[in-house]
This record gives sequence, structure tokens and C-alpha cells, in this order.
Amino acid sequence: MWRSYGGREGDRYDRPVAVETKPTARLDAHAVRQDFPVFERPTRGKTLAYLDSANSSQKPRQVLDAMREFYEGSYANIHRAVYELAEKATAGFEQAREKVRALINAPETREVIFTRNVTEAVNLVAYSWGLGNLGPGDIALVTELEHHANFVPWQQIAWRQGAAFRALPIDGQGELQLDALDGIAREGQVKVLAVNHISNTLGTINPIEQLVAWAHEQGAVVFVDAAQSVPHRQIDVQALGCDFLGFTSHKLCGPGGAGALWGRAELLEAMPPFEMGGEMIRSVTVEKTTWNDLPYKFEAGTPAIAEAYGMGIAIDYLNGLGLDAIEQHEHELVSYAMEQLAELPFVTVYGPPPDRRAAIVSFNIEGVHPHDVAQILDLDGVAIRAGHHCCQPLMQRLGVATTNRASFYLYTIPEEIDRLVAALHKVRKVFG
Amino acid sequence: MSELGDDFYRENILDHYKSPRNYGELEGADAHAEGMNPLCGDETAIAVKFGSDGETIEDIRFLGRGCAISMASTSMLTELVKGRTADDVSAMSKDELLEDMPPLTPVRLKCALLGLTTLKVALHRAKGTPPPEGLAGLDELELK
Repeated sequence: MWRSYGGREGDRYDRPVAVETKPTARLDAHAVRQDFPVFERPTRGKTLAYLDSANSSQKPRQVLDAMREFYEGSYANIHRAVYELAEKATAGFEQAREKVRALINAPETREVIFTRNVTEAVNLVAYSWGLGNLGPGDIALVTELEHHANFVPWQQIAWRQGAAFRALPIDGQGELQLDALDGIAREGQVKVLAVNHISNTLGTINPIEQLVAWAHEQGAVVFVDAAQSVPHRQIDVQALGCDFLGFTSHKLCGPGGAGALWGRAELLEAMPPFEMGGEMIRSVTVEKTTWNDLPYKFEAGTPAIAEAYGMGIAIDYLNGLGLDAIEQHEHELVSYAMEQLAELPFVTVYGPPPDRRAAIVSFNIEGVHPHDVAQILDLDGVAIRAGHHCCQPLMQRLGVATTNRASFYLYTIPEEIDRLVAALHKVRKVFG
Repeated sequence: MSELGDDFYRENILDHYKSPRNYGELEGADAHAEGMNPLCGDETAIAVKFGSDGETIEDIRFLGRGCAISMASTSMLTELVKGRTADDVSAMSKDELLEDMPPLTPVRLKCALLGLTTLKVALHRAKGTPPPEGLAGLDELELK
């Protein structure tokens, strides 16, 4: 049994809705669950065991209620109208920007650009920075661990610019082979390194500081895909030392359609706009258009206003629970899950040991396709992801077409991992 | 099985999955196509041999890897179409194949129809029968 966990069995839905507003030493996931209406509704006649938070997170009522209130009392288009409602909307939107800045300890609020998601953040930098900075003889470097979102844009822009494209390999434990870096650097001028902080498939925690130090020695900029890290641990862009970092709202208990790109002001200042239209201009004539200041230069068109606001509320929610407490909780969960899965001889787990991984576990069951595994688990109300996780190069590297993936978050309880393990026994029985 | 409740992986599915019928290569095939579902990596290759009339499916074999639903449905399909004409199979409704399958969500439906769609493409190429219905709409069911 897992003894280090503080939750009590049977203690699920019998407490009033409440959110801790000051960080506590330990996260009480049973209490946290009461903030999430989704757990009140049975799936397949059972309480939902949601083990797919790396894909998208569930939403607490604090976020849902705040967004509804915002729409009912503070919504209008931003940055232009002079009436009170528009002022409220603009204030809500811009406060969210400041919350994003504080969350990642960025030096300046104007360095925070709202995007739709990480995909848009990567494309913004790949196009805007890449078209002006990549050329023949240069290398755009990604890793074998990347999500397609942080892989394909760099590949395509590099090719378009006549630059080379390389992927840093992983070792047998799913960790980056840092000793391969210098060999790649001998092939040309590495101009950009695009790497995730945490692998969405293997949960590998990548050594960003070390990679940044190496990349900066080469004169390269570093883009960090922090989709799987910002929702789960305290991030400090100044400590990481990177040049760009992207993350998304829907994975941190916020609404979909909002995300953020942080970039160093001097780099963003030198980059041309990515999308063009309203909001991002200073003046327009037939002869000439000039650009607005940061961050608006990169925010063409009406953004997802209430969603950005909701993202800010979700950040408040995470801060209320404490990101260090969330990280510790998830570490205990992933340690427990790996311990339990290690006892199943028919299960192969991919990636590093628990002390070097986030709360994500990819695995396969001997002789059973992940779709079939996920289907049987679904019948027991256990939701996991089955597929290539938008990481086809990684799947090729692992020598599999797809994997099962269970991922945990602040509302995950060890009982759900027990349900996962019990359902895996059932899979084995059916396909035996 | 019964404790699964919904009896999703009913006996016939598991039987066809574990012992697929008409599995293997087919020498001297008259029609051939490969299909894949990039969502889950399922792949199938179907080969057909016609009888002396040039219309009747005399032999059919498939190769592939995939989930139980895609493998079993393709195996069942090979039994369903043997002895039928290319025109007949080209016009075959998916319901005929799905009759023996559990209720499927849209994602799993793509698994179940991978074989039928691939077979119709093979017949379309070899015999000029109509292309599979709705192929243009199935943007995640890529056919090589």
C-alpha cells in the first residue's frame, strides 16, 4: 500500500465547496475534488477516474463561476471602447496578463503575449523569428521527445529557409542524450533549440538550464514548450534562462482557447508581427503601416477575452493550492503508480524512474492494442489516453505505433490508480 | 466476460482477433490496397483474386496490425465477401459488416471500417467500381 498519502478512503463528496486560499504544506486531493463538478457525474455508472490531464485538465467551479460572472457583468471588446463595461473587460484581460507574468516570474508584463495555445506560440516564433534568422548553414534543433507542435513548425520553417533540421536523440530511459549535442553543433550553426520542459508522453523532466547554457554558447535561442510543466510546478523563466516559453490554459484548470507566449523583450521587439489585422497596428495608410508596441504587436484581432480572464482565475486557483504542494502530490502519485505497474509482469512502462519524471506514465500491455486497453478501462470509468500522443518520432524511436498513457493532476487520488491497476488485470483476462 | 457488463469484447470479436481468417499474403492478386488510420497507427493491406469471370472474389487475404476491433472486423469482412462480385461488395453497406460488432463510438467506427474502406479502394482501382462512400469526409482515414 501507499502509506505516504494523506487522503482518507470514503471521504469524497461530503464536504462543502471550498478552496484553500493560502498555500498549504500538503495538498488534500479529496478536498480539491469537490471543486470539480465533473466528478459528481457518473461515467459508465461509476465515479470518473480521470487519468488524462496531460491531454486536458478538468475545470474547477471557481473558474467556471468567474467566467460566467465576467460574461454577465464585465464583457465587451477590449482596448478600444470608452464605456465602463469595456473598461472592466480590459482590466480583467490585462490583470490576467500580469498573473501570467507573475506565475512564470517574467521580468516585464509586456513580454507576455496571449495566444490560443502552445501550438500558436510555437508557430508565432517559428515564423516571426525563424524567417528572419534561419538560413543555409544553420540548424534548427529539436528533440525526439517533442510534441508535433514543437517539431513540425521548426522542421518546415528550417526547410523553407534552406537550414538543416535535427532532433536530439534520447537514450533507453527516454532522457535526452546531451553528449550528442556537440556532434550536432559540428554540422553547422545551431540557431535555435526547441525543447519541451516535460515530455507529454514519457514525463521526462528535461535539464533546461543545462540545455540553455549549451545553446547560448552556440549563439542559439531556446524555445521551451512548458505545456506540461507550468500547470504542475513552479516555473521561473529567469532561472531557466530560456528565450521563449509557451504554455496553455486548458491544461492548468483554465478554459480552452487561451495560452501564453513569453519572450525576451529585445527579441520580441526585433521580430516582425506574425498575424496582421486590428489591434496590432499603430497607424495604417495606403502607403505604410506601423506596428503597435509589445505585446499588442503580436495580438492581432479580438482575442479570447473571457478565456484569458479565466486563465488568470485558474492561475489564482493553482497559487491558492500552492504549486510546490501540487508538484509533491503528483510526485507521490507517479511513484505509487510506477510501483504498482512494476508488479504487473505483462506491462511495459516507458521512460525514466519516478525521481526524474513528472506525473505521466506511458505503458503497453503485451499483445493488446492501446485502443482495446482504453476501451476496457472506459467500461470501468477509467479515462486514459491511447495513441501516439502527437509524438510520432518518439513512437518510432520506442519502436511502437502507440502507447497507453495515464497522467495525474491535483485532483487525482491514489484510489484512481488502484482502479487503473484493477482494470488492467481485467484487460489481461479478456485478452489472455 | 460477463463482468465487463457491456460485453464489448464479445466472443466473436476475440475469436477473429486471436485467429484471423484469411490472414496472409496472396500471390498473383488482381486487386490490392493498403490503408492506415494515423490516429491509432492501425494498418491493413488487402489483396483480392477474381474468378474466371473477372468479377467474383475467389480469394481474399489481408495483412495488418491494429486493435481487436480493426483486426476482427477485417477478418469478418473477408468471410463476408468471398464469392461475391466486385460490384456487389463495392455497394455493400457498412451496416452489414457492423451487424456483428458491438456499438461503436465515432473513433472506434474508423477502426471497424478500415478493412472495408481499404477493400473498396482496391476494387475501385482494379475494377473501376465507385470509390468508398464518404471517403473524402474521412480525413483521418488515410489511404495509401
